[in-house]
Amino acid sequence: MSAAGQTAGRTPAPAGGLRPLRAQTAAEVRMTLRRGESVLLTLAIPVGLLVFFSLVDVLPKPAGVRHAVDFLAPGILALAVMSTAMVGLGIATGFERQYGVLKRLRTTPLGRPALLGAKILAILAVEVVQVAILVGVALGLGWSPGGSPGLAVPAAVLATVGFAGLGLLMAGALRAEVTLAAANGLYLVLLLLGGMVFPLTSLPSGIRGVARALPSGALSDALHGALSAGGSVPGRAWVVLAVWAVLAPAAAAATFRWE
Amino acid sequence: MAEIEVQDLVVRYGSTVAVDGVSLEAHAGAVLALLGPNGAGKTSTVETVEGYRSVSAGSVSVLGLDPVRDHRALSARIGVMLQRGGIYPTMPAGEAVRLFARFYADPEDPAALLAQVGLAGVAGTPWRRLSGGEQQRLSLALALVGRPEVVFLDEPTAGVDPEGRLAIRAVIAGLRDRGVCVVLTTHELDEAERLADRIVIVDRGRVVAEGSPAELMTGLGGDHIRFGAPPGIDVVALAAAVGAPAREERPGEYLLDVAPTPRAVAAVTAWLAERDLPLADLRAGRERLEDVFLRLTATDPGAAADPMVPGDSRVPGASRVAGDSRVAGDSRRVGRRRA
Repeated sequence: MSAAGQTAGRTPAPAGGLRPLRAQTAAEVRMTLRRGESVLLTLAIPVGLLVFFSLVDVLPKPAGVRHAVDFLAPGILALAVMSTAMVGLGIATGFERQYGVLKRLRTTPLGRPALLGAKILAILAVEVVQVAILVGVALGLGWSPGGSPGLAVPAAVLATVGFAGLGLLMAGALRAEVTLAAANGLYLVLLLLGGMVFPLTSLPSGIRGVARALPSGALSDALHGALSAGGSVPGRAWVVLAVWAVLAPAAAAATFRWE
Repeated sequence: MAEIEVQDLVVRYGSTVAVDGVSLEAHAGAVLALLGPNGAGKTSTVETVEGYRSVSAGSVSVLGLDPVRDHRALSARIGVMLQRGGIYPTMPAGEAVRLFARFYADPEDPAALLAQVGLAGVAGTPWRRLSGGEQQRLSLALALVGRPEVVFLDEPTAGVDPEGRLAIRAVIAGLRDRGVCVVLTTHELDEAERLADRIVIVDRGRVVAEGSPAELMTGLGGDHIRFGAPPGIDVVALAAAVGAPAREERPGEYLLDVAPTPRAVAAVTAWLAERDLPLADLRAGRERLEDVFLRLTATDPGAAADPMVPGDSRVPGASRVAGDSRVAGDSRRVGRRRA
């Protein structure tokens, strides 16, 4: 038997450099892509909504928008970010906590910073795949993006941090099944109040105010602004995204239970 | 120096005292079994040594380090097998071992390790599709992949089929031979008796006995004869007849403090025969570890009659099950019955 023979005099040590982080990131991405429900959530639903409502022009559009896809594409990109960073992360982490995976990893040299880092990198990797596919589909549907796409990237990153904070807030405090339900429920609420498939301007003014203060509304405002002619993001959207990016992870860190 | 030193450990959760002054040592090249009923404080003790919990009082050192403060430095030098779970359900067995191997500078070869625990054939099977025994063996492999100096195994053979048990026992014996310090928690007496070099019996947060299996079975309680007969027989008359102190430990269970010589045994059986009393069970000399355990951890005379049953750790309150079901097939015990 070769196993478990630590050679006399040699002290077992953690792997050096970024090897554990790379391995864990690759594992997180593989698991996300392997889970049918997460592929449904992160790819099938956004692509389906984009294609359906671009071809079947039944939803209200803001004034001045000719083709439905021109409004839908930025909104669906916002939806994709939310589904990966909040729902996907929250549900997966909730079950990892329940299954004792997080507890088990604590006694390995991976360490919490690397585990958290791997989750963030995996989310960004999945988002890159989503963006590539959604942009390709939207262009195929006749989307002509304008403005300054460079502004969309920091907005998406800020929103990712805020959504991830919300996902981890649920995952660290609730039972996995409750997290599953809560994350999906919140997804629906934020989708409807997010200006993602129909403009916030078609909501009653009271609800519109609330919607603009939510991270989903702020992200879709930001992406609509950045990717339309003119290419400017309202200052209010930056403020809302930044506040959520600070508060949600802080709340998660304060309440997260690892076991 | 011992690899693990625990001194007067106290662990409290709020007002509940889970561990109440436990001291123990574990050494390289030896298997220490922590034995005790549910809620005895085994898991709290081990999780404190693993660095999961902070001490409320007392001290814990592992390889000369503090498990909480030096957790990072220790993490590569210890291997932990949790009682259940701890692995991504959708991750294939081989991938799990390869992933964990990447956390260490000088890991085992994942393929060789999988073969050693008998999982080479299911390397591509996700954790959730493995049998209970296969899951346990994968968990064991993950605990060993970093070539740890100290290994913690929580109920390693719970729910494992006989073949899997043999494989796990062989791995544990191999660890000991290579100088690894192994700490095993179990409430399977048989497991402790087979595997452990030293056994620490814990009950209600305290160490109630400690020693090698042989020491525990012979040293504790001294020489005596135990037998079962109808409750309420006249122990004073019996003591006089045998010439040794006698008492009814619990209804129908008698104990005589006398060396189990043929003469003493004959005196007992003769006395019972004169009164036409049936003899249910007679044991002389070495106690079974189970008897030691039951005597030491008995909460009350009634509870003491219920041996621990393996594999029930997940069902609170179900760990004490009445009757002799556990020992029915035990040839050593059966062989000692002379009724």
